[in-house]
Amino acid sequence: MIHSLFLINNAGDLFLEKHWKSVISRSICDYFFEAREKAVEPDNVPPVIRSPHHYLINIYREKIFFVSVIQTEVPPLFVIEFLHRVAETFQDYFGECSETTIKDNVVIVYELLEEMLDNGFPLATESNILKELIRPPTILRSMVNTITGSSNVGETLPTGQLSSIPWRRAGVKYTNNEAYFDVVEEIDAILDKSGTTVFAEIQGVIDACVKLSGMPDLSLSFMNPRLLDDVSFHPCVRYKRWESERVISFIPPDGNFQLMSYHISAQNLVAIPIYVKQNISFFETGSSGRLDITVGPKQTMGKTVECLVVTVHMPKVVLSANLNATQGTYNYDPVTKILLWDIGKLNPQKLPNLKGSLSLQSGAPKPEESPSLNIDLKIQQLAISGLKVNRLDMYGEKYKPFKGVKYVTKAGKFQVRT
Amino acid sequence: MLGMSANSVSYNEQGSVESGVDAAQENSSIPGSFSSDLKEMLESNKESLKLEAMKRIVGLIAKGKNASELFPAVVKNVASKNIELKKLVYVYLVRYAEEQQDLALLSISTFQRALKDPNQLIRASALRVLSSIRVPIIVPIMMLAIKEAATDLSPYVRKTAAHAIQKLYSLDPDQKEHLIEVIEKLLKDKSTLVAGSVVMAFEEVCPDRIDLIHKNYRKLCNLLVDVEEWGQVVIIHMLTRYARTQFVSPWREDAMFDENNEKAFYDSEEERKVEQTKPYIMDPDHRLLLRNTKPLLQSRNTAVVMAVSQLYWHLAPKHELSIITKSLVRLLRSHREVQYVVLQNIATMSIQRKGMFEPFMKSFYVRSTDATHIKTLKLEILTNLANEANISTILREFQTYVKSQDKAFAAATIQAIGRCATNISEVTDTCLNGLVLLLSNRDETVVAESVVVIKKLLQTQPSQHSDIIKHMAKLFDNITVPMARASILWLMGEYCEHVPKIAPDVLRKMAKTFTNEEDIVKLQIVNLAAKLYLTNSKQTKLLTQYILNLGKYDQNYDIRDRTRFIRQLIVPNEKSGALSKYARRILMAPKPAPVLQSAFKDRDRFQLGTLSHTLNSQASGYLELSDWPAVAPDQSVRNVEVVKEAGAPALRKSKTAKSNEKFYSDSEEEEEEEEEGSSSEGSSSSSSEESVSESESEENSDDSNKSSSSQSEKSSSESDSEKKKKTLKNKKLQQQKPDILIITYLPPQIMQKTLLLIIMTKYILIHIVLSISTQFFVNCMCSLLHLCVFLACQFDVVSWHVHVSLQASSPVFVPETSHELLHRMTGKGLSAQYRFTRQPCIYGNSMVSLQLTLSNSSDQALENIHISEKSSTGQNIHRFNAIERLEPQASVTVSMGVDFNDSTQAANFQLCTKEDEFSVSIQPAVGELLLPITMSEADFTKEQGKLMGMNESSATITMTPENVSSQSVNRKVVSVANIGVIPSSQENIYRFAGKTVSSGSLVLVSVALKDPDAVITINTEKTVIGSMLLRQFKTALTNSCP
Repeated sequence: MIHSLFLINNAGDLFLEKHWKSVISRSICDYFFEAREKAVEPDNVPPVIRSPHHYLINIYREKIFFVSVIQTEVPPLFVIEFLHRVAETFQDYFGECSETTIKDNVVIVYELLEEMLDNGFPLATESNILKELIRPPTILRSMVNTITGSSNVGETLPTGQLSSIPWRRAGVKYTNNEAYFDVVEEIDAILDKSGTTVFAEIQGVIDACVKLSGMPDLSLSFMNPRLLDDVSFHPCVRYKRWESERVISFIPPDGNFQLMSYHISAQNLVAIPIYVKQNISFFETGSSGRLDITVGPKQTMGKTVECLVVTVHMPKVVLSANLNATQGTYNYDPVTKILLWDIGKLNPQKLPNLKGSLSLQSGAPKPEESPSLNIDLKIQQLAISGLKVNRLDMYGEKYKPFKGVKYVTKAGKFQVRT
Repeated sequence: MLGMSANSVSYNEQGSVESGVDAAQENSSIPGSFSSDLKEMLESNKESLKLEAMKRIVGLIAKGKNASELFPAVVKNVASKNIELKKLVYVYLVRYAEEQQDLALLSISTFQRALKDPNQLIRASALRVLSSIRVPIIVPIMMLAIKEAATDLSPYVRKTAAHAIQKLYSLDPDQKEHLIEVIEKLLKDKSTLVAGSVVMAFEEVCPDRIDLIHKNYRKLCNLLVDVEEWGQVVIIHMLTRYARTQFVSPWREDAMFDENNEKAFYDSEEERKVEQTKPYIMDPDHRLLLRNTKPLLQSRNTAVVMAVSQLYWHLAPKHELSIITKSLVRLLRSHREVQYVVLQNIATMSIQRKGMFEPFMKSFYVRSTDATHIKTLKLEILTNLANEANISTILREFQTYVKSQDKAFAAATIQAIGRCATNISEVTDTCLNGLVLLLSNRDETVVAESVVVIKKLLQTQPSQHSDIIKHMAKLFDNITVPMARASILWLMGEYCEHVPKIAPDVLRKMAKTFTNEEDIVKLQIVNLAAKLYLTNSKQTKLLTQYILNLGKYDQNYDIRDRTRFIRQLIVPNEKSGALSKYARRILMAPKPAPVLQSAFKDRDRFQLGTLSHTLNSQASGYLELSDWPAVAPDQSVRNVEVVKEAGAPALRKSKTAKSNEKFYSDSEEEEEEEEEGSSSEGSSSSSSEESVSESESEENSDDSNKSSSSQSEKSSSESDSEKKKKTLKNKKLQQQKPDILIITYLPPQIMQKTLLLIIMTKYILIHIVLSISTQFFVNCMCSLLHLCVFLACQFDVVSWHVHVSLQASSPVFVPETSHELLHRMTGKGLSAQYRFTRQPCIYGNSMVSLQLTLSNSSDQALENIHISEKSSTGQNIHRFNAIERLEPQASVTVSMGVDFNDSTQAANFQLCTKEDEFSVSIQPAVGELLLPITMSEADFTKEQGKLMGMNESSATITMTPENVSSQSVNRKVVSVANIGVIPSSQENIYRFAGKTVSSGSLVLVSVALKDPDAVITINTEKTVIGSMLLRQFKTALTNSCP
């Protein structure tokens, strides 16, 4: 299936190659470079590129292109999903997935890639299994290894590989048994010029960090499960239980994992936590324009809005911005044409405002397009959908675990049109 | 300790040197000094040094540097105890083995050893590497390793075997038939770990062998939820294809309704009504698939969700389709690349079924941060979803898009508006007006696109829109984009009859500015002038002539040419000839309106979710989805347990009852023949073989017919025709498998034998035996198995025959005689038989290949059957892999190799079980120590000339009359010794050639008939073998026994 993998950085340097079948010359990437050049922005590179004898399926992540070479028919999502899994594994192993960390750990990267695919078909992608086969690098371990000459590579087949629950390894032991769940909700919304909601929905995920000994069997229930419109689960969740009782019952993987993701659709009324008053206009003459943005709280359920950031993609003709912010700092990048206003905490008493003039390229006609505003925000201790975890029960083990649930609301793709 | 740390410091220094060098020369091979350092490190005694060296080498490989020159130094470490070092060596080996084939062979024995390691991870990784080394010479070794691994106890090793199948297949496609056997075996595997991988192998090697799936279909459906996610994707795609060939269309119902509405009135034919009103009942297996895949829509793996969605799209009744919508929309939250693929599929779906996605229309609203290709796809879907009810919302949305900074996207939006306008007549006017407004846009792409779209819209209904053309004429002065100006002029010309007053005025204006216009505009001015001249020459004659004059002296040759052409065409003069008569018809021909339709219109010819669909062109290896069959194929093929089979067995019984007697008698005859044949020679066996092939073709022919035909076949025993028969048999084998697969509960090996046996003998006979006994399934299980074991042993030869016939150099004749190795009484229940397969041995060139059948006739399972390490007589023996467990009444066949060293001395060894040891010995007949070779007659005489004197032994014998024919001589000789027949030009001289297995010395045999005597001459360096052979030939040829 997957023939070869090339990692290419943003500057177009090919810094790693791995082949699972016979070697394919790296010149195949010329087709990719051609497409890359044509696309201008890295995001615009088409994920599937055709060459006379091969197909290049690529993803762009963390400023790295993962370019895989395919020779025959294969579901493209299969490859795309796998490449993302590779990137996630790197992140899991090295803390971040970047060119530097990959180059620094090239041997482990190679060992991982070797284990993840056999003849181009995924063999082990579950992080638990991989970690038993190849231990992630830590400073302590690499020191011990250099001194004792012992290795990072496991000698026996990970137990998970054979069991019916491949995500969990046997014999897990902790002195402090704890299970934490983060309910993270993101608001995807489009607001129009006048502030009315064109479209809004909530995407939620429940991230878990479970450090429990033995083979615990957990079940998580909600106060209001009916809210959830569409869900997808980690493979550990028993789907039948959910269907019949709306209870999430599972034997958790060890450590961090995403338990489920859910969707609360546009049909339900979605609370929009802030409002934005904006006026961006360009004058017919004089190559200048005016900008005035005010942000205020709307439905925040009594919580504070934090980490508020407004990003504006300005038209190409805008040269500079001379603005005045009542709160936070702003920055205009004349190269990328992005105006970034970092507000911070939203104070309902004194609404933050950004006001001033924009100067345009002289002689250029007045831009017709209107820039749109992208909002980023965070509200702690609130799930904007109102979803609440009722209780978490544990079966199968005797000890009493420490349990915790945290709620966060963030802005997802939150856009205000002007 | 100190020394160690000092060492590591020095490595770091070297490391920095390396990076410096890297920067200096990219992509070249590594510099000499550095590579010699690495070589030194690899050859040192310290593990840590070696490991460090390997790590650096892997670093080089990752960068794409050529490190192949280190191959000899690296390959030495392949047997290292250090597992990390070993793995890195594996990485290296797989990368370079193809380039350094000879050296790579050095490592093979290590892997062969590791294949027997007690640790399953080591076994599996040895197989992985062995099968990844793309060296054609080791194909037989790989084949053997795969076969063994396929029966490994560890599912992980079996999974690896499934992967190895594909590797071997890509290395040597000739192995296909053998690999299919392994696939068939692995498909029966119940482990979820294996399922995905073996289906992958199936798809790659033999996707057309859908018959292999039947028996495993329900199992695969039921396992699906527990299979790992990647396997799920592959299995779902395969099952989609399978279901399309096996079930009838669930959509027929809907189609029927439509048909009913239309035809019910006229159609009074009874039959037809009955057929139509027959309700559609979904095959329970079809339902099973849909039911078991549904929960997977909740998978976190986007590929799985997409796979299930396409399965529903292609297989589910239309009214059940809606459940996939939500899941697909959910995928839109995923990464950009995922969105791209999912949106493409939704675009295809939304053309056919708007209703599915309409409630989720807002999820396709475009964000300014989306990538361009995502935006375009969303736009496509929104356009597909547009209908009378939602068009106003969509158009409002489009208005924002038109203002986008992304001009390519804005242009695409304008096209989308155009499509909406043509599809929904209510909004055509609104759209047109909107588009007209856009004409004053400053951006060239937007304006050009608008004009083009307006042009298209007007072409569809020009008469109603003269006011728009007028409006465009008014705007004309303000429009600067040449393309747009040109388009407007074209419109004026094309529809000048609708705007009779304005068009000449526009032409007048253009005549003034002609010289300042862009070229494309000029061309259109000429065009407009010509058209007006034809329709309204009174007003425009002078103007046209003026413009044509201007054009005549234009700087651009294109315009000059066009002007000349137009002038000749429209202005009548004596030179212009016939063409000008048709000027009006040429210029004013009605032009067909362009069709505005989705680019995704025909995409559904590709299976959704595939690469071909994404590319909209067939990718290599794409497997077409077949149409639903009109009539459902037999459903019972998927039944696994015979006991539950209600109708089929009865039918079979009644069918066989008629011919019961005959078949029984036949088989008895044959068995008798077998027993006789085992005592001396091969005439019976070959005749039985012939009669078998005969009986296949004419199952119901009577005995006399049969015997006559088999005799006629005897008279022309050409090796050619024999080969044909064999291939025929193979074909039959494939065809008949599904019928016989009822007996899947048998252990695979016996199963395989029985299968072949069934085909080789009257397969219907065995069928009776089996289907009758299944009625007392439980009681008869044991005896049935026993029977099979017995038959399998008896017919072992036959099975070999079929296998072997695929290889190029097959022995002329293989006797089916088995010799007893261990009697069940002495073996405490374990009995063993061996026979010579007469094949080149796969374990070693100097070994004789043997097949050993072990059966357990005790009432307890025997464990750990193996051959002891000690060989008492010193022959080199390749032992078979220990058999972990042999159930009571079961038997297995294993192969082994013995190097007899060209002597008939018996090989003595110990056959051990967990508890006991039995001394056994194998005494080879001299004829088994040979292998056939082919050579020309000339070579034969030449070689014979070299082996005269001492090396020649000959004897004169008196032939029995029945042995005089050429066939019988041939047959007798080849049954005694494993030698090949040399074509002879002289009538009464027969020549045969072979070589000894161990030393490879030539053995040449010639038989000269001089009625009634015959002279046998044997020429060989191995005089002992020669004289022994001679003695055996003498007995064989003088013996009158058939």
